Amino acid sequence: MTGELPVLLGLLLVAAAGTGAVLVRDPVRQSFVLSLLGLSLAALFLLLQAPDVALSQLAVGSALTPLMVLLSVRKVRRKARSERREERE
Amino acid sequence: MTMRLRMWVLALGGLGVAVLYVLACLDLPSFGGHRHPYGDRAVRAALARHTANTISSVNFDQRALDTLGEESILFGSVLGTVVLLRQTRDEDRQQPEPARVAPSVRRYALFALPVTLLIGLYIVAHGQLSPGGGFQGGVVVATSLHLLYIAVDYRALERIRPLGLYEVADAAGEAAYVLVGAAALPAGWAFLGNFLPYGTFNTLASGGTVPLLNAAIGVEVAAGVVVLLARFLDQAVEIVSTDEEAEGRA
Repeated sequence: MTGELPVLLGLLLVAAAGTGAVLVRDPVRQSFVLSLLGLSLAALFLLLQAPDVALSQLAVGSALTPLMVLLSVRKVRRKARSERREERE
Repeated sequence: MTMRLRMWVLALGGLGVAVLYVLACLDLPSFGGHRHPYGDRAVRAALARHTANTISSVNFDQRALDTLGEESILFGSVLGTVVLLRQTRDEDRQQPEPARVAPSVRRYALFALPVTLLIGLYIVAHGQLSPGGGFQGGVVVATSLHLLYIAVDYRALERIRPLGLYEVADAAGEAAYVLVGAAALPAGWAFLGNFLPYGTFNTLASGGTVPLLNAAIGVEVAAGVVVLLARFLDQAVEIVSTDEEAEGRA
């Protein structure tokens, strides 16, 4: 049992981060939680002795995906702002 | 179909999936364990071909065709992004303004950039020896370049990122993988067969075609991710629709 404790902790961390990513509704904050989820998944893969997958997860899940979400949010917000200005006129 | 009926159908389907999933899970071998028939065979095959990292041997030798499929998926998605996020007729490009960066952020990012780049190149180069490989290292290399966007601003990033070259590199990486695979055919091997001499175990040149295919993936992924992020960054920073621009001037 004690041998499985690190994996159990890793699973709990992933479950907590995953639930957090769903519960946080603001896309900007969500991207940070998503990055945290990527990090905890990478830790879990490392604990399960899969360093190759952990590296992929670290690079894609905790850096690339949140960055793409942030850039998309920036584009959408800028567009929404200019449309709101249009409506007011 | 009314909403109520739809919910019933959904519940029925969900219940079916749940029951089948639980039944399937009951039949799984227990977690961990010591019997790994596939793992044992993969390790034996990897050692026979002098590839120290079994995962790379599976990716680029034993299951090289699967990797070609995955690489093509990435290539296709980058191509799709380039088409979708292109500058359309009612959009204009605005020169990005020089941005102010906090000195501590700039110091940190400028220090982290070369270190990250080196780590990425190391991961690509040692794919056949240690954990990592073309995909992981390629993503790290691509993200390291974008630290320049954090350290300075978008114009600095654009200067070190001639996009046309990266687009060519993306296609060249994809083509190189297929060409190395096809080079096995005249040598009397199957497509993507490991036809090169295997070399000395645990050295950079070991593993036959594994380092070559690994490098091709590294180039493809690094260039592909740079192109992908460039399209997103262009849309977020530079490209504005014309009415948006008129608003800005008014």
